[in-house]
Amino acid sequence: MKQYLWIVVLCFYSLAYTQNCTHSLDGTVTDFHDGNPLSGATIHNETANTYTSADINGKFSFSDVCEGTIVLVVSHVGCDPERLEVDVPNKRYVDIHMEHHLEELHEVLITGTSKEEKTSIQQTVHKKQIETFTDKSLGDALNTLSGVSSLNTGNTIVKPMIHGLHSSRLIIINNNVRLFDQEWGDEHAPNIDINTSNQLEVIKGANTLRYGSDAIGGLILVKPKKYAPKDSLFGSTSLSMNSNGLGGNLNSELIKTYKSGYYAKTQGSYKRFGDFKAPDYYLTNSGLKNANVSANVGYSSFEKGFDAYYSFVDNELGILAASHIGNVNDLVTAINSKEPRITEDFSYHIEYPKQRISHHLGKLDAYKRFKRLGKLSMQYDFQINRRKEYDLRRGDQADTPVIDLRLFTTSFQPNLQIDAFENTEINTGFLLRFQQNDAISGTGVSPLIPDFEKYDAGVYATGTYKLNLFSEISAGFRFDFSKIKARKWYNTTDWEDTYNYDELFPEFESGITSNSKTLTYPEFSFPNFSANLGYMRHFSNDFEFFLNYGLASRMPNPSELFSDGLHHSAARIEIGKLTIGKEVSNKVIASLQRNNQHIGFTISPYFNYINDYIQLIPTGITTTIRGAFPVWEYDQVDATIYGVDLDLNVRISDKISYNGNFSWLRGHNETNDIPLINMPAANFNNSITYYNKDLNQLSVSLINKTVLQQKNYPDYNFYTYNAITNTNDYVDISTPPSSYSLFSFNSAANFKVFKTGTLKLEFNIDNIFNTSYRDYLNSLRYFADELGRNVNLKVKINY
Amino acid sequence: MKYSKSITMKTVKLLALFFVANLAFVGCSSDDDDHHDHDHEEELVTTVIYALTNGNDVVTLTFQDLDGEGGNDGTYIVSGPFTANTFYSGRITLLNETESPAEDVTEEVEHEGDEHEFFYISTPNDITILKTDVDDDGNPIGIETTLKTGDAGTGSLTIILKHEPNKPNNDTPTDAGGSTDIEVTFPITVQ
Repeated sequence: MKQYLWIVVLCFYSLAYTQNCTHSLDGTVTDFHDGNPLSGATIHNETANTYTSADINGKFSFSDVCEGTIVLVVSHVGCDPERLEVDVPNKRYVDIHMEHHLEELHEVLITGTSKEEKTSIQQTVHKKQIETFTDKSLGDALNTLSGVSSLNTGNTIVKPMIHGLHSSRLIIINNNVRLFDQEWGDEHAPNIDINTSNQLEVIKGANTLRYGSDAIGGLILVKPKKYAPKDSLFGSTSLSMNSNGLGGNLNSELIKTYKSGYYAKTQGSYKRFGDFKAPDYYLTNSGLKNANVSANVGYSSFEKGFDAYYSFVDNELGILAASHIGNVNDLVTAINSKEPRITEDFSYHIEYPKQRISHHLGKLDAYKRFKRLGKLSMQYDFQINRRKEYDLRRGDQADTPVIDLRLFTTSFQPNLQIDAFENTEINTGFLLRFQQNDAISGTGVSPLIPDFEKYDAGVYATGTYKLNLFSEISAGFRFDFSKIKARKWYNTTDWEDTYNYDELFPEFESGITSNSKTLTYPEFSFPNFSANLGYMRHFSNDFEFFLNYGLASRMPNPSELFSDGLHHSAARIEIGKLTIGKEVSNKVIASLQRNNQHIGFTISPYFNYINDYIQLIPTGITTTIRGAFPVWEYDQVDATIYGVDLDLNVRISDKISYNGNFSWLRGHNETNDIPLINMPAANFNNSITYYNKDLNQLSVSLINKTVLQQKNYPDYNFYTYNAITNTNDYVDISTPPSSYSLFSFNSAANFKVFKTGTLKLEFNIDNIFNTSYRDYLNSLRYFADELGRNVNLKVKINY
Repeated sequence: MKYSKSITMKTVKLLALFFVANLAFVGCSSDDDDHHDHDHEEELVTTVIYALTNGNDVVTLTFQDLDGEGGNDGTYIVSGPFTANTFYSGRITLLNETESPAEDVTEEVEHEGDEHEFFYISTPNDITILKTDVDDDGNPIGIETTLKTGDAGTGSLTIILKHEPNKPNNDTPTDAGGSTDIEVTFPITVQ
């Protein structure tokens, strides 16, 4: 009873108190970033329902404010309204900081088309195009861009290539995490499910230093979608079915967002294909199985936020049965025969040889913006990559992988983005990374890549400066220090005689020998310096000009240092060398663009000079119990790579448009004055699209892709003795296959279903004329043709 | 301010969770760690011995490459000449001599006879080699052979082991296809 009394008394007291309406409340409204006053901001006292506005100095004043807690709502053009509570008269003055970057926020949250750096030369694959590749790979999707090609092993292992460079020379950033999945190997495709991405960006140059100093070829950014903060639950499910490989992909995602800024997303996909078919035969054992799940939760507002992300990819890839060969004579037989030596009927079964790879990626990041400073973000991530490669083996070993490697990577990287200055933006931060490779025992063969531990530390700063309304410049530098410590058994003869390592690196010897092998502990440190300069200028008539210069250096990867053994499908012995040093690239790239719906184009020439370019080339023949083998060793030469990328879009009528691109490239080994191996040939794409927005957004396209024969290649052909025929056979491993031209057809339409959902139907045909062809950049080109015709049907429901 | 507090707590909890997950992954791996020994080359064949006898006279052809691919090249040793116009019975032995005692790989090949076959090619054309053993399907394996020499001369004898050949075949490695596990060529003399 006493309590109630007290409450009643308190109520009266406070009522009496609020009657006192003689107070004043003053304040200022300023920009969160640069502290500039926001004149004209409206301030609404919701409690009393009175209004005022900020003067030229951002100052405002309310008089006759009642005592108690009042609610102010502040709004300004281009800002999100801000709501705050003020306790009067305890507080008589309020400082209000408005977020004045709605445009940027809008871009990031809704369209996601903001460029990484305004001066960089980049190309983008948007969600709509990504959806066409839902059952293909990252490399296939990027292949549609000018200047981007792919290095393939069969048709399922597709490695992206930018301006002729691939593997360790590209940095792939998945969800802001640099991908480490033993990317040094030519037949190690990136472990990324394309369905997790909303947008793919290719930066053609080494000028986004935030992610690393060794992007000699460029950078690929796989970006997830960001969602607007509103209360919503939505998702989509898509099913894709294909006639070639009799398989497809099922992908589903569900997103929950809250107005408060919290969000959660889960996504899963499953892909399955049986043997693919070339026009004339089945590609036996080319099927695949892929499962992927990802989830993230987070909170994002302008001022602060966090994101926790986890993804798991599991891949099982069959390797063309006919590509497993024993020696050079088998290779000659394969090259000279029109058909692969093994062609069986269709099967879903994946036999040996095959690859089985799983990849875990976890990331946690958080950011906070500070007044008159900028945005501080922190990111911690880890990745575990387990790669098992199975070969054809005898006896008990049949089910044991020949390669079993587990790579663990973890890194921590804070970044500070300073945007308080009017015309300048600065990004600075550092990186700490630890990597451990474990060559798992029990394979019964010497590991291809030994156990190693690697430590990296890096520091960088990049800045952009707005010269005027039309132009910007950017500059940056980065310094990295890497240390690698390995543990490897060397053949004693190789260590002491063949490579003379006992004199070059006596400090690596452990003194332990067994079975004519020597145990060593190689250890290397590499300081790497990189820098960039960029310039951008807008002209009238939608013209833009970009100029970039990038200096990047890359330390040798584990295979360039340590690999040592037989590469089956290539019938060669590959030898890495401890004497390999780092390579340094100087790349200049320019771009003139016109962004116009009616006639738009991009002309982008580039020149890359690479000092001590690391390459794998044949150096001799060795006799083994399997017969003769060419020995391929890593060596370093000075190289130049130059070329031009062209893009053109023309609107023929309001419903018909044309798109085309053309890439031309030359790679030259300056040291030996011969062409570089495995460089993409000139190629062009043309497409005509009919699009009717009013007729269910119907789009129908006819696409042609033409790849010319590579005429500039180094001749590494050789002769080998064939005991069966008692002759010397010519082994033509160098001559590139002929030109080819493929036509494909795409169509899509959207329908309204249920209340708010949409249904998208797609019907596509690849390689309409079932053309037989082979590609220079496919390492299995000696054995089989590429894929024949494929008819594809996709159904996607958004709900 | 309310949010920032809950975020910090959430962030801390999640960070903790990630680190724990991380530890678990690293912890799990201890079962296949191998910090003490290196893998033996279990599948390696270092040595091919083709031993032939006509009752009193023995000819042995030996190929040996103890350090496998890379390192030193293999060596070919032929114990002596064949006698002209004579029957020999021969047997192949495959060894992995990096193991101690040496592992006899011949047994594995014999066991998986349907997936393997030896082929013999000689340049003195009048040498005839017949495979005398068969696999479970009744097709030849070629571990055991008879060899009949012709007239005196010199040339070479090549022994090829194919993995997953087409069986039956017309007794040429070309027709058999498959992948080559062994290919060694010995210089021989018949006198």
